[in-house]
Amino acid sequence: MTATSTSIRGREIPDRLVPGWKRALKSWETLLFVVAVAIFIANSLASPYFLDPWNLSDASFNFTEKAIIAFAMAMLIIAGEIDLSVAAIIALASTAMGMAMTAGAPVPVLVLIGLATGLICGAFNGFLVAGLGLPSIVVTIGTMSLFRGLAYIVLGDGAFTGYPDAFGWFGQGYVWWVFSFELVLFVVMAIVFGILLHATDFGRRVYVIGNNATAARFSGVRVDRIRFILFLLTGLMSGIAAICLTSRLGSTRPSIATGFELEVVTMVVLGGVNILGGSGSIPGVVIAALVMGLVTFGLGLLNVPGIVMSIIIGALLISVIALPRLWKMART
Amino acid sequence: MSILRKTLTTVALATGLIATGAHAEPMRIALVVKALGIGFFEAANKGAEEAAKELGDVEIIYTGPTDTTAEGQIEVINALIAQKVDAIAVSANDADALVPALKKAMDRGITVISWDSGVAPEGRQMHLNPSSSALIGNTIVKLAADHLPDGGDVAILSATTTSTNQNVWIEEAKKVLPNYPGINLVGVVYGDDLADKSYRETQGLLQTYPNLKAIIAPTSVGIVAAAQAVTDAGKIGQVNVTGLGLPSEMAGHVKSGASKSFAIWNPIDLGYSATMIAYHLAKGDAKAEPGAEIPMGRMGNVKLDDKNEGAMADPFTYDASNIDQFSSIF
Repeated sequence: MTATSTSIRGREIPDRLVPGWKRALKSWETLLFVVAVAIFIANSLASPYFLDPWNLSDASFNFTEKAIIAFAMAMLIIAGEIDLSVAAIIALASTAMGMAMTAGAPVPVLVLIGLATGLICGAFNGFLVAGLGLPSIVVTIGTMSLFRGLAYIVLGDGAFTGYPDAFGWFGQGYVWWVFSFELVLFVVMAIVFGILLHATDFGRRVYVIGNNATAARFSGVRVDRIRFILFLLTGLMSGIAAICLTSRLGSTRPSIATGFELEVVTMVVLGGVNILGGSGSIPGVVIAALVMGLVTFGLGLLNVPGIVMSIIIGALLISVIALPRLWKMART
Repeated sequence: MSILRKTLTTVALATGLIATGAHAEPMRIALVVKALGIGFFEAANKGAEEAAKELGDVEIIYTGPTDTTAEGQIEVINALIAQKVDAIAVSANDADALVPALKKAMDRGITVISWDSGVAPEGRQMHLNPSSSALIGNTIVKLAADHLPDGGDVAILSATTTSTNQNVWIEEAKKVLPNYPGINLVGVVYGDDLADKSYRETQGLLQTYPNLKAIIAPTSVGIVAAAQAVTDAGKIGQVNVTGLGLPSEMAGHVKSGASKSFAIWNPIDLGYSATMIAYHLAKGDAKAEPGAEIPMGRMGNVKLDDKNEGAMADPFTYDASNIDQFSSIF
């Protein structure tokens, strides 16, 4: 243990970025992947029902909607911001779709309204954070209550039901064989966000902002514009998740998606994204989503009470955050 | 040992094995509750185990999510479908959101019934109400009115705004209010079935309505929190807490006078009856259709109405005279 700290505002800046960082990231994902494989094997041995394509397909619904948001959230957290209003955006987007459905809107319009609501909510968050310079955690705790509050005002203790059958396809339909629309969407989004974060200028700038926003600004990175775009993206992904979840439940209540924000953040952090920003990867989040999905489904098959699952997820999360630090302490 | 005798023994053994093999597979009935760790549902599980013991070849899977969310219950139901259980008996967190998941269960040959808190008709074969909603709505108002001969202000502390059963009971209670002159309902607040939130909502009621005479909490979490809040505010004797609660959790408050009386059906009987019904439907010796009568063991028969719903029994009132007797049971 050293008394002196080299961290700046709680965040450590490595001397050599590329080689050491890359190797560490690689080993990190490998470790997580090994965990996922181990859980998969343990599940197959523990329950005779686990290795069934249809059962695994059903299980994927446990994490796809949250994972889709987690991709955008990962970029936001890497940039040093956070959005805790994502579940509330789902509630508001779902309510907006319900109102449109009651007014007789056809399926394509419902989808557009879901996406638009997500974008508007994201823009509102983005304006408050990037435009007015307010801290994102405070802003999104506020909008979390605001968006869900609006849903409660519209619905009260009621519910929107009776979505058209065609709308059910997004949450219950299959593209091919056991591959549901949500599962395919999960894969497509993983690729899109993987490219966006790891193979574009935009992605590089996100890392730079997360490591040192002031230096980024002096280097000509349009920090606030990128922050705004990232909030738009989380809003849009929440809108897409709202379409899937509403379709899967076939109904809207203001309590829809309660607690999703914490599960999304858990997924991101479990995926190796530094909660203080600056590092992390999309493949890590993908594996983390699979790990969480496999753990909850595998334990569900064994009828393990939910609270035990929460304990296991919590333990995974803490060990994930603690391991790199312990390694570092062991090395020095 | 002759070859013939050896062969015969082998055949006999094999036959025996096949026979026991077919016999050893018990019927698996899943009791899915709103959330684990709630006294009421633990008691229902006790009743389900009683039914399983009585029936013999039944295994009960008692399960549910950690929080009272529809999404959590769907994850549990998906895991049960994957295990190919024989029957699912569910107390729903959301009447509509569970429908697609339960439809899938029925498509795969699983018997699905709801009990306590219902599922929309297309998502289950039948629904077992603990009592009739009209009777409960009337009972909770009567419980308050019995101790208010001169009338007065009353308020309702409910569970969540989306709780199917509480909403129906409150609706029924409002219908019978004109039968109780002088009883004035001043408001409905929601404690979300969380002890701390229910406590704070009760404090809010006590401050907003200084003339409040009774709080009706038709939820086992809310009634305890409300009684505690009234006790802490030093208003025992001024404000009577009543509604639906568990004898074991309410015993102290009945003795202190914070609650003069409250009602509940017997959750043990409810779990028992739900299991019996699920068993007979899965076995195929009873059919869930309007007008049908399905046997519930020691609880008699349940008669289904045109929406395939049935009522188990009347709610039962607990007060200082009988609380000790029941508080040790559930």
